Order: sequence, then C-alpha cells, then structure tokens
Amino acid sequence: MMLRRDYRRSIIFGTAAFAAVFLFMALAVFALLSFDAGASASGISDPYTLRILRFTVYQATLSTLLSIILGLPVALALSRQREFPGRIWIIRLMAVPMGLPVIVGAFGIITIWGRQGVLNTLLVFAGAEEPFSIYGLSGILIAHVFFNLPLSVRLLLAGLERIPGEYWRMAASLGMGPISVFRFVEWPAVSRLVPGIAGLIFMLCATSFTLVLLLGGGPAATTLEVAIYQALRFDFDPQRAIALSVLQIVLTAALLGLLACLPSPEAEIASLGRPVRRFDAGRAAARLWDGLIIVSAVLLIGLPLVAIVFSGVQADLPRLITAPVFLRAAATSLGIAAFSAIFVIIVSMAIIRARQAVSAKRRAARPLHLLSSVLGAGSSLVLLVPPVVLGSGWFLLLRPFGDVAVYAPVLVALINMLMALPLAMRVLEPAVTSHFLRTGRLSASLGLQGLPRLRFADLPVLWRPLAMAFSFAMALSLGDLGAVALFGSENFVTLPWLVYSNMGSYRTNDAAGYAFLLGVVCLVLAATGMSRHSQPERVKAAEAMT
Amino acid sequence: MRRRLFVNSIIAVSMLLPGFAVAQEKPELTVYTYESFVSEWGPGPKIKEAFEKVCACTVNFVGVADGVALLNRLKLEGAGSKADVVVGLDTNLVAEAKQTGLFDVSGVDASAAKVPGGYEDDVFVPYDYGHFAIVYDTQTLKSPPTSLKELVEGDPAQKIAIQDPRTSTPGLGLLLWVKSVYGDQAPEAWAKLRKRILTVTPGWSESYGLFTKGEVPMVLSYTTSPAYHMVAEKSDRYQAAAFSEGHYIQIEVRPSQKRAAQGSRKAVSRIHPHLRFSGYHSRKQLDDAGCGNLRPPAGGLFQARRAAEDFPDAAGRGREKPQGMDRRMADGHEHELKKRRVHA
Repeated sequence: MMLRRDYRRSIIFGTAAFAAVFLFMALAVFALLSFDAGASASGISDPYTLRILRFTVYQATLSTLLSIILGLPVALALSRQREFPGRIWIIRLMAVPMGLPVIVGAFGIITIWGRQGVLNTLLVFAGAEEPFSIYGLSGILIAHVFFNLPLSVRLLLAGLERIPGEYWRMAASLGMGPISVFRFVEWPAVSRLVPGIAGLIFMLCATSFTLVLLLGGGPAATTLEVAIYQALRFDFDPQRAIALSVLQIVLTAALLGLLACLPSPEAEIASLGRPVRRFDAGRAAARLWDGLIIVSAVLLIGLPLVAIVFSGVQADLPRLITAPVFLRAAATSLGIAAFSAIFVIIVSMAIIRARQAVSAKRRAARPLHLLSSVLGAGSSLVLLVPPVVLGSGWFLLLRPFGDVAVYAPVLVALINMLMALPLAMRVLEPAVTSHFLRTGRLSASLGLQGLPRLRFADLPVLWRPLAMAFSFAMALSLGDLGAVALFGSENFVTLPWLVYSNMGSYRTNDAAGYAFLLGVVCLVLAATGMSRHSQPERVKAAEAMT
Repeated sequence: MRRRLFVNSIIAVSMLLPGFAVAQEKPELTVYTYESFVSEWGPGPKIKEAFEKVCACTVNFVGVADGVALLNRLKLEGAGSKADVVVGLDTNLVAEAKQTGLFDVSGVDASAAKVPGGYEDDVFVPYDYGHFAIVYDTQTLKSPPTSLKELVEGDPAQKIAIQDPRTSTPGLGLLLWVKSVYGDQAPEAWAKLRKRILTVTPGWSESYGLFTKGEVPMVLSYTTSPAYHMVAEKSDRYQAAAFSEGHYIQIEVRPSQKRAAQGSRKAVSRIHPHLRFSGYHSRKQLDDAGCGNLRPPAGGLFQARRAAEDFPDAAGRGREKPQGMDRRMADGHEHELKKRRVHA
C-alpha cells in the first residue's frame, strides 16, 4: 500500500533512473554509429556469425543449468545447517570469485584441473593413462561454474532465508520429511527466484570472452563478444559491432521472455518475524548429506583460490604493497568501485520501487504494467551492451570537451555500474518486495513515511540485502578490466590493470602477488558486507511493530 | 591526481590554439605509445628524463594497451588528436595507419636504420624490431623443432599455446609466418598444426602465463623472451627455437602527427636521436643460426586479414571469408574501397 504521493513519486523516480541509464547507452551507440569509419560492407547474417551465435547460446545454456542445478543443493544445505562450522566464512568466500579478474581465476582453475594440474597428477599417480583434458567445452563449463555457482548459491540462499520462522515450526510439527519440506516450503520460495538468477547467469556466460577463448581449446569456441571485440578493435567497424550487439540483446531478450513465462507462485505471506530455527537440521542423514554437499562446494570454489593464494604469497608482497603504484591503483580501484556501488543501489532501488508501485495498485492502467515490464527487462539487458561499445562511444562524445583521460574514472565507474545493475536488481528486488508486502500497509496506516520510515521500518530489515548488493557491486567493479583498457593514461591505474600489465611484461610473480592482494580486498569487502551480527538491534523494534 | 590531469589537459588544449602555443613557455610533447613502454620498467621514464634535459619541454606519455589499440585510438580521435608523436605501431599496421592521413613526413632517413632486409619509409621511422619465435621449456622439451615444418608435423602430444589472430598481434604474426612459408598450402599446414595446439588464447599474456606455469612446453612468443628470464631471473631454462625457414619479423615504428603544435614541432624533430634504433640482442643468435628474415606482406594488416582465412576452425570454417576486412578485401581492392568511401 502506498500513499498517492508516494506512488506518483516512485514511478517518476524509477522511470527517470531508467531513462538516464538508457540515455547513457543510447548516446554511446549513437556516437559510434555516426562516426564515419568507412563503409561497413559486412552484414551479420553469414554462416560464421550463425555458428558463433549457436555456440554462444549452447555453452551459456549448459553453464547456466549447471550453475543452478549444482547451486540449489548447496544453498539448501547451507540454509539447513545454520550451525555448520565456518558457515559465515564459506558464504563470504562465495563473493571472492566475482571480484577476481577472469584471467586470475582461470589460472587458478588450470592449476587444479589443467594438464599438469593437481587432479591429473593424482589421476596419473592412480595409474590413469590419458590425463583428463580441461581444454574444450568441459573447461568452459568448469570455469563458468566456478565463477557463477557462488552467485546462484548466494541468491538462492538469500531467498531461503526469507522463509518465515513459522514455516519451519509448522513443518516440524506436521512431521514433514525432507521431500515434503522441499516440495511445500523450500521450492516455492526458490522457484520464484530461479528465472531471474538463470537469466543473470546466462547473460554473464553468454558475454564471457577470455574464459571461452582460453579454455575452449580453439577458435571454434568463440562467443559473439569475441566477434564484437574483433569488429571494433581490429576491423574498426562500429556498424558491425553494434549490429552484433543488437543481435546479442535481441536473442537474450527472447530467452529471458521465455523464462519470465515460467509459472511462479506469487503469494508472500506475512510473517510474525519469529526467529528461524531449523528443526530438521539435526537428523543424521541430513547432516551427512549437507556436510558432503558443502564440503564439495568449498573444494570446487576453494581449491582454485588456494592455488591463487599459493602463487601469490611467493611474490615479494611487502615490496608490492608499499609500491606507490599499488597504493595509487588500490585507491583508484576502491574509489571507482564504491562510486559505482552507491550509484547502482540508488538506481536499482528507484527502479524496484517504481515496479512495486505499479504492482501495488489494484487497477493500474495497462501502460503502467508495460512500463513496469520494460523497467524490469531493460535493467537486466544492460549487461549485454559490451563495455567496449560504451567506452568507445563515450570516448567520441567527450573528446570535443578536452582530455578524455579526465573523465575516464567517472566513465569507468558508470560503465561498471551498468554491469552491476542486473546483479543488484536480483539481490534487492525479492527482498524489497517481500519487505514492503509485509510492512507497507502498517506503515501507511501509521502515516510512517520519509526518513523516519527509512530509519525504523526499512533499513533494519533491508540492511542485509543492501550490504550484499553493495559488496557484490564493488567486487564486480574491482575485478573489471574491460572499461579501463580504452582510456590508457599513465595516471589512471587500477588493480586489474596492474595485474594485466605485469603479466604482459613477464612479471608473472608480481602479477600473482597483485592478484592475491585483489582477492584479499574482495574477501574483506565481503566480510564487511556481511557481518556476523548483520541484523542490528533495531530489527527487533521493526519486528515487534509488525 | 585528478587535479593534475585537469591542469595538463588545459595546457594541452591551449596548445592546439595557434598563438597560445608560442606563448607557452615550456611546450608539451605528447607521445602516444603502448602501455609497457611507459611502465616503470619500460624505456619510457628514462627517455623522458633524458629528452626533457635537452628539449626544454615536458614529455607527456599516453599509454594504451598495444599497437592495435594505439591505431584505433588515433582513428577515434582523428585530426583533433593530442598526439605529437606515436611510438609503437608495427609494420603490420603501417598500411592502415597511412590511410588515416594523420601522419607527417618524418624528415629522417629511415634507411639508415639497420633492419634485416632493409627498410625505407618517409613517414614511419623504425626504432626496434624483433622476431616471432616458438619459445620452449628446456626442462620438458629435449628436442625442440628446428623448423616450422617440424613444428607442424611433430608429435601431437607435445602441445603449444598460441594466440588468436582475431584478437592479438603475435597470433596474426604466426598466421602470416605460416602463410609466407607454406603459401597456398597454409590451410593444410594449419589442419596438421591444430592437433598440437593446446589452446588459443585471446592475448600474449594468457598463453605466456600457461607456458611459465608449465602447462604447455611451447608457446608462440618473441626471440627476445628468453632474454628476460636470463637477465631478470638468471635462468636459461626457456629458449627460443631457431627455425630454418626464417622468422617472421615485427618492426616497430614511430610516425609523428601532422598537426603537431608549433611549439612542440621542434621538440618532435629532436626526439629522434633518443629513440635510436635498437636491434634486439638475440638477433645475433638468429644470425648465427643462419636464419633469413621473413617480411610482412606489402598490404600489411589488410593482407593479414586475408590470410586469416587459413586459420582453422574446429567447426570447419575453413576458407570462408566472413569477416569484415576479409569481406571488403574480397569484394575488391584498396582503391575500390576508397571509391566507395568517396561516394558515401
């Protein structure tokens, strides 16, 4: 329930935020399209494009399915075993892969799964003839699961943790077995989230570039993103690059549309805010199964990270940390990441509130419903506009106004913000929706609004998802190289850039050291984004109020 | 830091306005180059220091990812570019760079540089060269290939990591190398070589990383790669294999912008001695082995893109001509392209 004024304001803010995002992208595309780079003679409807299109969809679909099918049991186990030793650190660990530059993660994976990797050494030791080869589709899938499984686990787990305590009580008193609990309690809670998470992971995998080339084993393993990069970088053919981007967006929009048609049970029932206690956690079978699942997930995610740590600590860390270039890069990276994380939260909250305003109104006009869908779909599809397109476009736009390097930090932060937007939406939207369903009516009847409402009703409950979205967005931005590479300047150095430039100059050790430091920064961020007692005292007041 | 950038840009912009440039006490010389040139371990800082002593100017480096990115940046900026001098285009990019019409005659006798096979150009001054080579790990590979033919036909169990010609210059170099040795037989050679390729990486860093991790015993790199390990790590574990057919050469060049501001123009003409031509020292190694030098084709990158047809694709892409530049080249020749541009 919303007051009329609130309602209007939410819709206007949300639309304005989305319009700003859209304008930011449209201007870049327009600038590129109007740039005269000679005739673009090449269409995009040739067999070659068709083939990479097919491969893009194929590998992304498989990666998505695997990330979700493997992620679900892990999330279920983590939500059931609330007292699992080191649980909080396991969940924090899940934020690290996202903040690592892909090349660093890929080398970690190769140390474990590669030709000379730990796994193959064990296999050979055990008497196997032909070592397992990671290069090919299997490598792409392993890498995508490494990077995206943590994401699906965290998002699913957040959904499971929103199940009210009364449910578990009821389930226990009815004597439900694990299958019934899954069917009547857990699945309804996660099934609403699955299409959104699947869409997000699909987009991340479809636009994967380095991983696909590096682990794909050959040029046949190519995504559209590679073709876009090539078109813009080597052929310098902006028209073709944009045509390919449009193709990528249309295709994914169609897939997301299909996903959105999946039936999703809506009802969110008000909770009395009873603390969650899992009565089913103690069964021996459950403990064994959950333990097994959690340990395998930790190994899958953790071993490559251990490899990164192992090669990182061999570097001369004290020298690296005290180097002025590192301090400069760290400050730049953190500044950009914080800026983009704050912005992404403002923009996504505005969009989410507008969408809620529409669905809260009983008889909203048709155009409003359409607006709501556009906001929802549009804010996920921004992930598909390649940063290299945005970067080049804005480069052209800003050039008449002086040195582009001056604007580079802001531009990079904005581009990173766009990339993080779909992720922040996935983290925030379910939490915000259920929060307002639970408290909206009461707040409205109490006349609670504005800052007091934010302070007493919203922040205590939304603090956690906001912190999670913030740390995810920061991690994503920290690990991103894409946008930085275009605006080269000796004064603009970020952490991933430092990793790459050392790696590109034979300084493998230093690169490994910097990669390790970057991982540490991500872990620290994840830890602050999810403190052990992340529900402040005021939560009790809010719960008492409901 | 941001403030300093801002001040610099004001100076730079004012230099573009004639009149202001003369009034400027210390002119700035803006040098566009690739990133590793300006990094603290690159030659950039030393050259800056030495040159600023004699030129009464401030040298300003702008470092982008690599040579291709450099050319793209110049294209994006067009005639309004801040660059006075560009360092780090290579001969594969020269033809395309010339087409932009952004560069001025250098006034340097380029033929004075001792490049294998000679070099002549009135715009692009060579300042170093290097050869592409297969670098191998002596600990795992006892008998390295001694020719491209041996590489192509060797034991498929001994893998190599190469770079994707669609996204990296050494990858393109190998493509041209194979083309210049095998000619029309290049696609067949690639079909054989494919069995030895462990993976094709987007850039040099990834494949060289795989190599130093011990994941693969051979990598496509430069003849100079072992020098780094010898000098910095005191290790001769990694060696470049000398091929009897010769090695493909990459010459890096340095043109200057047409519209360099008056004040910096003098500085531009004086920077030449500081970018003295330097042959990589392992060249001797190759000369000792009696290697010839394979040159880039006259068409530069254009030619190169055409050679990309040879690059195999497991899905059987074979000899199709799907890509932008390839397709344009297939339609007609360079003048044809120009004609179309005029009409447009």
